[in-house]
Amino acid sequence: MSDEYDNNKSYQAQSSEVMDGSTGSVNPDIDYVRPSEIGEQELYHPHSFIEKWVFCQDAKVIGVQYFLTAVFTGVVGLILSWLMRLQLGFPELAGFMTAEHYYQFVTMHGMIMVVYFLTALFLGGFGNYLIPLMVGARDMVFPYVNMLSFWMFFVAVAVLMASFFVPGGPTGAGWTLYPPQTILEGTPGAGMGILLMLISLSLFVIGFTMGGLNYMITILQARTRGMTLMRMPLTVWGIFTATVLAMLAFPALLVSAIMMTLDKVLQTSFFMPTILKAGEVLEYGGGSPILFQHLFWFFGHPEVYIVALPAFGIVSDLISVHARKNIFGYRMMVWAIVGIGALSFFVWAHHMYVSGMNPWFGFFFATTTLIIAVPTAMKVYNWILTLWRGNIRINVVMLWCLGFIVTFVNGGITGIFLGNVSVDVPLSDTYFVIAHFHMVMGIAPLMVIMGAVYHWFPLVAGKMLDEGLGKWHFWITFLGAYSIYFPMHYLGFIGVPRRYFEMYDSPYMTSAVGMNEFISIAAFIVGAAQFILIFNIIKTLKTGKKAEQNPWKANSLEWYTSTVPPEHGNFGDRLPVVHRWPYDFSVPGAKEDYIPQTTAPSEVIHTEVEKT
Amino acid sequence: MSEPKIDGFELKPGFKGMASDTASDQTMFKGVHWGKAMMWIFLLSDTFVFSCFLISYMKGRGSTPVEWPNPSEVFALEAFGVPVPLLLIALMTFVLITSSGTMAIAVKYGYEKNRKMCGWLLLATALGGLTFVGMQAYEWSKLIHEGVRPWENPFGAAQFGSFFFMITGFHGFHVSIGVIFLFIYTYKVFAGHYEKGKKGWFTKLKGDYVEIEILGLYWHFVDLVWVFIFAFFYLW
Repeated sequence: MSDEYDNNKSYQAQSSEVMDGSTGSVNPDIDYVRPSEIGEQELYHPHSFIEKWVFCQDAKVIGVQYFLTAVFTGVVGLILSWLMRLQLGFPELAGFMTAEHYYQFVTMHGMIMVVYFLTALFLGGFGNYLIPLMVGARDMVFPYVNMLSFWMFFVAVAVLMASFFVPGGPTGAGWTLYPPQTILEGTPGAGMGILLMLISLSLFVIGFTMGGLNYMITILQARTRGMTLMRMPLTVWGIFTATVLAMLAFPALLVSAIMMTLDKVLQTSFFMPTILKAGEVLEYGGGSPILFQHLFWFFGHPEVYIVALPAFGIVSDLISVHARKNIFGYRMMVWAIVGIGALSFFVWAHHMYVSGMNPWFGFFFATTTLIIAVPTAMKVYNWILTLWRGNIRINVVMLWCLGFIVTFVNGGITGIFLGNVSVDVPLSDTYFVIAHFHMVMGIAPLMVIMGAVYHWFPLVAGKMLDEGLGKWHFWITFLGAYSIYFPMHYLGFIGVPRRYFEMYDSPYMTSAVGMNEFISIAAFIVGAAQFILIFNIIKTLKTGKKAEQNPWKANSLEWYTSTVPPEHGNFGDRLPVVHRWPYDFSVPGAKEDYIPQTTAPSEVIHTEVEKT
Repeated sequence: MSEPKIDGFELKPGFKGMASDTASDQTMFKGVHWGKAMMWIFLLSDTFVFSCFLISYMKGRGSTPVEWPNPSEVFALEAFGVPVPLLLIALMTFVLITSSGTMAIAVKYGYEKNRKMCGWLLLATALGGLTFVGMQAYEWSKLIHEGVRPWENPFGAAQFGSFFFMITGFHGFHVSIGVIFLFIYTYKVFAGHYEKGKKGWFTKLKGDYVEIEILGLYWHFVDLVWVFIFAFFYLW
């Protein structure tokens, strides 16, 4: 790696080619961009292998580290889901699995996938890699804290994984960790397992806070010249809003984890009511289990959007680039992201309709929940209108985007079912719920991640992923995911309860058994298909075609770095100056079908370019 | 009279200014140091942490079936043979608020590059914080001596002890972190690290007196949180 970018030289951000608009009164320069007000960022350059690849302060390396760690946890979560499906579809083959094991797998699968996989991947992975590049910064604003953020996350993952190996195994209380049963004797992993889970979550929150501060300040205070908020790619908007949500929602998780740790370790009774066990009164008494549910879901619902909003943002960019058309209603998209983010703090109790709370409370939360459908639907319409009459390129990236739209609409519509109290109550704790949230916040964001990997891999590695393998990967995943979750809606309607190890002598034992086998087989295939991507990446790194700079002809700044892949400092000796939004595709009158963000107005003076 | 400018950007007053700052390029908060903006956002997040604690406390206090102890009796301190309610707490609060004052003056002298005064005032702030933590430790030991534990409490509801130790403990932890950093920065100021442009131990980057202000923000926040804990725990 060449590291010629020299930090000791002082770079003049005020370039000589930019004229001062106030003095050039005869011919006011339309290319004028205000000089830099932030000055040059001081960077610490690595001096050894360890500083360059392990304890690295470069956001791009940290992003890749986050990505790989999150993918590792994701593979663990995938294997757990296989084990669950083996038990549900073919219990005779899963003789090694007890009911306790099953609950532990359910719990760990849920927690890993939501927090340690999706959140870390979107914010830690894509956030770190893309934010500084897309806003035109040299690095995150606090590189050292950023490094600590990753290592805190790494320790959190290590503690979580350690819980598989402690006596009693990991916690089996369900990913929502509802007290009182979570920490009571009889629940699997009620000893060390739950303790390690709570410690791991607390570490995750601390680590994320360090990263989140970086993302927010980099976006707010370290954009390049000309980069206004309304010229940022929607990816950055999605990650930014998700980070704000995380900074305000994770405190509730931290507090509930601390309180439950004390309940566990010091026998306090924050969440523990008076409990009779085998005729004896336990030490606990006087606490409120509902309080935990409120705290947990005050975190838990924004968490859904922490995962969804970056996906919304990224998919908007991918669709726009690969349909060669500007994103329909950019400002509307921004406000929809912000609006969804704000609303997400007022809907949490729709997860608690059956908790015994006041029905009027449920009525309020049903209303707010359904209001969220409005900005969300706006986004879906805008994606479709972006595609409409676009010059669509049906490549692997676009396939994933289309898959996302379909899956997301599907999961969103079942969300409207579940948002209504009277419909939710009978569907509560059935497979319908499983189908809903896997569609809307499992498969849909995952499709975006896959699309994003195929889209940005040439930037990160400098090589093009194999399209043929990518298409196999997409079609197996897309059709397979529908084969898994479509039948689950039906299972939910006939009333099959979720989180049950087996159906014992219930009628479901006969009526649902064939369908469960089908779902399980589909799940095995879809899971296995994900290894096509890993194979594709390894193959590409070894023998893949070298990517040209900007292979997709995109406009945003990450493709206009001094080298591909970008090196430390991102943009060589001069930061880019931005003149427009990143969506100037197929502009009438322009020579090419794209106009990079750095193109000055005087160069495209005869085109019908949007004023941004 | 023209409005103040930052690098060709006109700063306007009021809501209009806020809108034009937001719509501009490069920065949203004009002229605000990165670290300072970071601290404000961290404090916003931390506000949510303490809010969750205090709201949980209200909910816990409301839902326990056993009577809540009377704080002015539990926290009374005997002075000259007379039990004075909240005497120790009043002293603690006084010390902490005073340390906020010395912190604010330290920031002022820091910006004036008055190294000596800044250092002494930081030291005074650190000692104030240390006194606070010490008095809190005394209060804890007194309550523990009287039989109050996180899991039980001879004066009434067990949750009283649970919430008391958890929330004051969490706040005390914040104060302790602040005190440690105050001592570190006292050393840095007296040693003249900012004047010499000495690089940070961890970040390997040069510092500036703005760091004193950032530390000050944190310190004022910790004091402000104490005011809320005081109101909700001792006065309610």
